[in-house]
Amino acid sequence: MTDLYQSQRAMRHMRRAAMQRGVVAILDVGTSKIACLVLRFDGIEADREADGVGSMAGQSRFRVIGAATTRSRGVRFGEIAVMNETERAIRTAVQAAQKMANVRVDHVIACFSGAEPRSYGLAGEWDLQDSVVSEQDVAQVLASCDVPDFGEGREILHAQPVNFALDHRSGLGDPRGQIGNRLACDLHMLSVDASVVQNLLYCIKRCDLELAGIASSAYASAISSLVEDEQELGAACIDLGGGASGISIFMKKHMIYADSVRMGGDHVTSDISKGLQVPLVVAERIKTKHGGVHATGMDDREMIEIGGDSGDWEKDRRQISRTELIGIMRPRVEEILEEVRARLDVAGFDSLPSQQIVLTGGASQIPGLDGLASRILGQRVRMGRPMRVQGLPQAATGPAFSSAVGLCLFASHPQDEWWDFDIPTERYPARSLKRAFRWFKDNW
Amino acid sequence: MQPLGRRADPAYLRRDPAPSRWQYRMQRLWLTPVFRGLFRFGGPVVVIGLLGLAIFASDARRSAILQSFANLQQQFQQRPEFRVSLMSVEGASRDLSDAVRAKLALRLPMSSFDLDLAALRAKIEALDAVASAELRVRSGGVLQVLLTEREPVMVWRKDTGLELLDKTGHRVASLIARADRADLPLVAGEGADRALGEAMQVFDAAAPIASRLRGLVRVGDRRWDLVLDRNQTIRLPQSNPIAALERLLALDQAEKLLDRDILSIDLRNQDRPALRLAPFALNEARAAQGLAPSAGNNL
Repeated sequence: MTDLYQSQRAMRHMRRAAMQRGVVAILDVGTSKIACLVLRFDGIEADREADGVGSMAGQSRFRVIGAATTRSRGVRFGEIAVMNETERAIRTAVQAAQKMANVRVDHVIACFSGAEPRSYGLAGEWDLQDSVVSEQDVAQVLASCDVPDFGEGREILHAQPVNFALDHRSGLGDPRGQIGNRLACDLHMLSVDASVVQNLLYCIKRCDLELAGIASSAYASAISSLVEDEQELGAACIDLGGGASGISIFMKKHMIYADSVRMGGDHVTSDISKGLQVPLVVAERIKTKHGGVHATGMDDREMIEIGGDSGDWEKDRRQISRTELIGIMRPRVEEILEEVRARLDVAGFDSLPSQQIVLTGGASQIPGLDGLASRILGQRVRMGRPMRVQGLPQAATGPAFSSAVGLCLFASHPQDEWWDFDIPTERYPARSLKRAFRWFKDNW
Repeated sequence: MQPLGRRADPAYLRRDPAPSRWQYRMQRLWLTPVFRGLFRFGGPVVVIGLLGLAIFASDARRSAILQSFANLQQQFQQRPEFRVSLMSVEGASRDLSDAVRAKLALRLPMSSFDLDLAALRAKIEALDAVASAELRVRSGGVLQVLLTEREPVMVWRKDTGLELLDKTGHRVASLIARADRADLPLVAGEGADRALGEAMQVFDAAAPIASRLRGLVRVGDRRWDLVLDRNQTIRLPQSNPIAALERLLALDQAEKLLDRDILSIDLRNQDRPALRLAPFALNEARAAQGLAPSAGNNL
């Protein structure tokens, strides 16, 4: 675990180096597309101390100068399945974005949707030495969280302190300098499959890039598509992607739960392909052009040309009504949403004060999805689009890019994670050396 | 189910083939600012420098290049448009213009690029008789010399001979006989040229006795003696000689002082001018006072 701790710290250093250079790339490795954005940072960290986030939610600091997207290859369920193919796809996207930005990028911040994320809530307590909370006390209380056994071959992706409590006062954001006796904290920890992270790391290294940060795409799309009061009052963001659908629950501006359903828009496409006996490309086109989830009387009369190249006239001239298409798509979409509902129930979303649900991601663009979703997930469902950031091309403003845009915000203003805090004194090797030196000086 | 014939791919089927590893690396290298600068600026500079070095390394080639360049320059300068074939000297007497021509000794025709006008001008102005000169090459290949002559205002008698001076005291020319320029006043003595302005003022002041005036003598390079005919001398003071002279002239007008038998009038002491009588007049004066003629004075 200290291994990952160190590597996460190294990534933070890399991010700082990238900020100093002023250019960083965002890579969203998805199942259906790989998107790459190149950000330029102008005024770096200068006004960081002055105010919490800064103007325009901290995004006035950067500008998107390059954007490219390519068809994803070798990715299934948001996990890298074929390394060479994925590496080539990443190369394509990065090269096109670099060409548009006309600048060389060395640091990249990546996100992915799969790898079976699991959430853990951790709690720790610490008796203060003197009554004022110092940085060391915060480090100690974080270190005192008892880490559950999250299994072999898994790694921690996020570990964010969600809440601090001092004696009987809870809900403190920053307890430093406050007076009390007992400091407690709640930590949200997200663990993912280690092999997936390693595959991604390997692919990025093969492209001569350095990883400056890594995030779950459920988290990234939530911070771009949830508005501020939704993050504050509590909301769930459902990122309906190609191969996996991410779920993240926000409360008091912190992510408290994240999960992913290993189903997405690609499954709908493959259903259409199987049902209509057409290639996947044609099925994708039919889905995006004519797809829907609510059949009406009008749809019975709307006939869709399927087309084909088999040479058999009867097969190539087939027509189906839109109702038939909806009949294929709807069960799968319902299945995905019901699986999401089950995950939300497990997480205890019912007991949250606000039941807001935001649907985003490429598959959320199916017409009529909000009606279906409100029937399954609850009444308060809205469609989410990523917030606007400077310089983003019009083609990349749709809900399919919400995780890429969220990663931009993550890059410019990352939330404090466990590895951003001090290391407790007794675990710090340099400090212990100093103590040994002092012992020598005192006794000899 | 792939089409056999070529068909225009619709937008959703557009291929974006992945770049090869080397292509990708070359693009990244090209986007590196240092490399780009070196390639665009450093490379050409090095290549041109090496080429230049290779060409100029051989002695024969270098001299050939310099020779051809010199030839080209000479051909250009020898074109008829730049040829100067005539010299005209204006604003001077015949003698002076002959002297100028002799001094310059130009071998016309020659190219205007070979004429150093500043040096020529300095050469002309080295002549005493020339106050200033202007030289210009006019169209039509004419070197025009505009001279301003020095105007002689005084004759200066030196041990070695007579010289003409202009109003600044500069020498104009030698004079063989005083009678050649009888119209000009005469000065003599060491340093007379340096105090010429004062001398002219004294001459102006002495206009009432101009007919008797023979000249001015500079004494000890500090004051003037006015010499009249009959060897009469008026010794002027060092400071304010004009006022002293005017006072004397007023006295002369009233009492006919200068017509008397006086050898010299000493005005050097303002408070007490002294007269020196001729011996005969002195003895007459003494006799009139009932004194013996002065002894030891047989002037």
